[in-house]
Amino acid sequence: MGDLGYIAPEIILLIGGLFIFCLDLAYDPGVGKKSGLSYMALSALFLTAALVAAVLQLNISDPEAGPKVAYSMMTIDNFGSFIKVTIFSGMILTTIAGGRYMNRRSGNQGEFWTFFLMVSLAMSIAVSANNLVLVYLAIEFLSITSYMLAGFLRENRRSNEAGLKYFLYGSIASAVMLYGISLLYGATGSLYLHDIGAEFSAIIGEATEVSGLAFAALPAMLLILAGLGFKASLAPFYQWAPDTYDGSPTPVATYLSTASKAAAFAVLARFFIVAMASFEVNWVPVLAAFSIITMTMGNLAALRQNSVKRMIAYSSVAQAGYILMGLVAVTSSSPSAMDGLNGVLLYLFAYLFTNVGAFLVVMALEETVDSTHISAYRGLIKRAPWLAVMFTIFLLSLTGIPLTGGFFGKFYVFGAAIQRQYFWLAGIGMINAGIAAFYYLRVVREMFFTSEGEGDILDVPMALQTSLLICTIATLWIGVYPSAVIDWVSNASVQLLSVVP
Amino acid sequence: MDSLDSIVLTILLFWPLVAALLVILLGRSDSLIKKGSIWASLLPLGLSIYLLFQYDSGTGGMQFEQVAKWIPQLNAGYHLGVDGLSVPLIFLTTLLSTLSLYYSAGVINERVKEYFFLMHLLEFSMIGVFLALDYVLFYVFWEISLVPMYFLIGIWGGENRGYAATKFFIYTLVGSVAMLLAILGVYFATGTFDIVEAAAAQPFAGNLTLASLAFWGFFFGFAFKVPSFPFHTWLPDAHTEAPTAGSVILAGVLLKLGAYGMLRIMLPSFPEASVYWATWIVGLGAIAIVYGAFVCVAQTDLKRLIAYSSVSHMGYVMLGIGAAAAVMTPDALAGAVNRFGLSAQAIQDSAAMALNGAALQMFNHGIITGALFFLVGIIYERAHSRDLSRFGGLATKTPHFYGLMLTAAFASLGLPGLAGFWAELFTFRGAFAIMPYWAAFGTIGIVITAVYILYRIIQNVFLGEYDPSKLSHWTTVQGEHADGPTDMVGFEKVTMWPLIVAMFLIGIYPTPLVSYFNQSARELLAFVQNLV
Repeated sequence: MGDLGYIAPEIILLIGGLFIFCLDLAYDPGVGKKSGLSYMALSALFLTAALVAAVLQLNISDPEAGPKVAYSMMTIDNFGSFIKVTIFSGMILTTIAGGRYMNRRSGNQGEFWTFFLMVSLAMSIAVSANNLVLVYLAIEFLSITSYMLAGFLRENRRSNEAGLKYFLYGSIASAVMLYGISLLYGATGSLYLHDIGAEFSAIIGEATEVSGLAFAALPAMLLILAGLGFKASLAPFYQWAPDTYDGSPTPVATYLSTASKAAAFAVLARFFIVAMASFEVNWVPVLAAFSIITMTMGNLAALRQNSVKRMIAYSSVAQAGYILMGLVAVTSSSPSAMDGLNGVLLYLFAYLFTNVGAFLVVMALEETVDSTHISAYRGLIKRAPWLAVMFTIFLLSLTGIPLTGGFFGKFYVFGAAIQRQYFWLAGIGMINAGIAAFYYLRVVREMFFTSEGEGDILDVPMALQTSLLICTIATLWIGVYPSAVIDWVSNASVQLLSVVP
Repeated sequence: MDSLDSIVLTILLFWPLVAALLVILLGRSDSLIKKGSIWASLLPLGLSIYLLFQYDSGTGGMQFEQVAKWIPQLNAGYHLGVDGLSVPLIFLTTLLSTLSLYYSAGVINERVKEYFFLMHLLEFSMIGVFLALDYVLFYVFWEISLVPMYFLIGIWGGENRGYAATKFFIYTLVGSVAMLLAILGVYFATGTFDIVEAAAAQPFAGNLTLASLAFWGFFFGFAFKVPSFPFHTWLPDAHTEAPTAGSVILAGVLLKLGAYGMLRIMLPSFPEASVYWATWIVGLGAIAIVYGAFVCVAQTDLKRLIAYSSVSHMGYVMLGIGAAAAVMTPDALAGAVNRFGLSAQAIQDSAAMALNGAALQMFNHGIITGALFFLVGIIYERAHSRDLSRFGGLATKTPHFYGLMLTAAFASLGLPGLAGFWAELFTFRGAFAIMPYWAAFGTIGIVITAVYILYRIIQNVFLGEYDPSKLSHWTTVQGEHADGPTDMVGFEKVTMWPLIVAMFLIGIYPTPLVSYFNQSARELLAFVQNLV
C-alpha cells in the first residue's frame, strides 16, 4: 500500500463525498421525496470507516520508528492520528444526531452531506500537513466548505448572516496567513515545517543575536497565528464565532466549535512546535496573552447571554483559552507526564465529547420546542429528565468538576502551567473557572430548581438520544478512568516533540 | 476478621453510591425509597462504629489502608486510610447522614427520588474526603460534595434558593481551584500525589515564598469551606435557604472538611509556612469567634442566627489549629520556650491540647449544631416562620421541644457537663500558652455567645407569656391546621435523642473520644519535629 495506505482515512472520505454527490445527481425520486436520512447513514458509514482507518494507524505505527511521510507533504504520526480520531468521533456523533434536524429544514440533503464529508476531509488533511502550502490549502478547503454549511439554510436569514460573516472574516484571515507563509518562505527558502525549524535553529544556534532573515520570523508567526487563531476562535479573532454558531444549523455549529477547533489547534501546535521551536521565548508570552484574553472575553460575554446556543458559543471561545494555556506551557525538551501538549490533546478529546453533547441538547430542544432561549429549559427535569441530567453532566464537565472529562482537561493544562511556573496564568485561569461556573449553573438552575415548566414530556428522536448517550458515557469515562486516554495522548505528543529540530 | 479489614474502607466508601444508584433504578414508590434509604444508610453507620472499635489507638498511624492503581502515569492512586482524626469524623458523617435521611423521610414529600439520591451521593463524597490519602482522589471527592449540596439547596430550599445555591457553589469552587493549583505545585515539587508521601518529602522546604504560595492556595480552598472570616459570607445564605437536612449536613460535616484539610494537609506538609502564617490563622479564628457572636445577637431569623453561630464556633477550630501551628517546628518551639519561660514539654502539651480542642470542637459542633438545625426545622415545619419576634412563651406549649433545645443551646454555649465545654476548654487552654493575646480576645466571644443563646434563643422563643396573636398559622408537622404550637412527634424525637445523648456522654466522659484525637495530634507534632 505504501503512501496510499498512510492516507487511507482521507481517501475514504473523498470517495464517500464524491459517492454521495454522484448519487444525489443520478438518483432523483422527485421533489420532496429525497430521503435525507439515507444520505446521513451513508455519511456516518464513511466517517466510521475513516475512524477505523485512523485508529489502525494509531495502533500500528510504532512509536520507536518515528512518523511516516506520505507523498512528502503529509506526516502520518500518532499526533495527527489521535486528532483525527477525535475529529471523526465528533463528526460521527454530529452526523447521527443531526440527520433529522437537517432533513426538516432543508431539501438539499445530498449537497449537505457531501460538504459534510468534505469538511472532514479538509480537517483530516490539515492536521497531517507538514508543508505550509498544503496547510494553507487545507485550511482554505475547510473554510470554504464551512462557509457554505454555515449558510446552508438559504431561506433563513440568520443562517445567511452566519455564513456571510464567517466568510468575510475568514477570507481576510486566510489572506493574512498566506502573507505570513510567504514571509517564512522568503526567510528560510522552504515551505516544509521541519526544514523551516531546522533553518531557524541553525541561524539562532550559532548567532548570539538574531541575524540574517530570521527577524522575519516574528511578524510571520503573528500573521499565521492570526489566520489559525481565527479558526480556533481565539480572541481577538473570535467575533465571528458567536454569530456564526448561533445562526448556523446546529449540526454545523456543533462541529465548528469542536472538530474544526481541534483541527486548528493541531495545526497551531504542529506549526509552533516543529517550525518555530527556536523562537519559543517569543511565542510563549504572545500565546499566554492570547490565552488570557480569550478565556476572559469569552466568559464575560457568555455571562450575559439569554440564548443557550449563544451562551455555549461564547463558552467555547473561553474553552479555547484554556486549551491554549496548554500550548503555552508545552515543554519541547524532555516531556513529562503532565506536559502542556498532553494537556492540549486531553482537553481537546474531553472537550469534544462534552461540547458536542451540549450542542446536541440544544438541538434536542430546537427539535422539540423550537427554541434556544433559556426559558425553554425551565423545569426540563420534569419534561425530559434524562436530557436534563445529561446536560448537567456536560455543563459540569465544561466547568471542570471531577468525574467528568473536563476536569482532567483542566487538571492537565493547569498542571502544565504550574510546572512551567506560570502562576499568574494559572491564577487567571482559576478566576475564570469561577466566572464560567456562574453561567453554566444558570442553565442548571433553570432546569432543576423549578418543577413548573410548561408543556408535555419531550419526544427526543432516538438517533439524537443515542449520540447523547455516547457523549455522556465518554465524558464520564474520561473523568473516572482516564488512564487509557492519557496513554494515547502521551504517545501522540512524544512523537510530535521527538521531531523538533 | 482480617478479610473484612482489608476492604472495609472500600465498602464504607462505595456503599452510599450503590444506595444512590439503587434509589434511581429500583425506587418505584416514595415509601420504598424512604425505607430503603434509611436501611441502606445503616451499613456505613455500622461500619464506622466498627472502625471506632477496631481502630488501634495504641499503635496509631494510618490503619485499614488500601492501595490500588488508578492513574499510574501521574503516580495518582486509590489510597484510602484512617487515623485517629478521621475515624470519629467518619462516625459523625454516617450518624448525621442516617439521622438526616430518617428525618427527611418524615418531611420531604416532593421529588423524593431525587432527594434521596442526592443525600446518598453527598454521604459518598463526604466519606471519600475523610478517607482519601491521595491528592487527586481527595480533590475529586472534595469537589463532588459541592454538586449534591447545590441541588439540595436549590431544589428543596426556601424562596431565595437559586441565589443561595449558586453563591455556595461559586465561592467554594473558586477556593477549590486555588487548592487544585497548590496540589499541582506539591506534585511537581515531590513527584507524587500521595498525601502521606508528599508530606514526608516536605515540598518547598527551605523556600518560604513557594511554600507560602502553596500554603495560601490550600488555605483558600479550606477557608471557604470552614468558613473562616472573611470568607464566610456564603454560609448564612446557604443555611437559611437550605432544607433542614441540608443545613444539618452542611454545618455538621461539610464545614468540617475544611478544618480537616488544614490538619491533614497544611500543617504536616508546610510546617515552616504554617509557623510563619500561624498568627494570621489564629487572628482570623479569634476575629471569627467575636465577630460571629456579635452578628448572632443582631439576627432576627432563628436559622440565620444558628448559621452565624457556626462562623463563631468554627473560629475556635481555627484558633486551636493556628496556635498549634505556631510552635510546630523545633525553631519555633525554641522561640516559644524563650519567650514564655516554659519548658519545651509544656509548650508541646499546650499545642497538643489546642489541636485536641480543635478536633473535639469539630466533632461537637457537628453534633450540637446539627441538633440545633434539626430543632429549627422542627419548629419551622409548624410555624412556617423563623422570625424571632413572632415567637415567645413556647416553653409551656412545647415542653419536649423546649427541653431538647435548652440542652443543645447550652451545649453550644459551653456549659460544663455538656459536649461543648471540653472543646472550648482545651482550645483556649492550649492557645493561651502560645498566643495569649489572641486567645484572650477570643474569650470575648464566649460572653457574647451566652448573650445570644440565653437572650435571643431561650428568652425570646421559650420564656414569657405565650401570645397567640404573634403568629396565627400554626400547623402540625403533617401540615394540618393546628390551634397553636404542637410538641414534637415520634420521628422527630427519634432523630433528636441520639444527638442529645451524645452531648451528655461526651460532656460527662470525653476521654474515649479525646484519646483518638490526642493520638493523631501527638503524631502530627512528632512528625513535624522529627522532620525539620
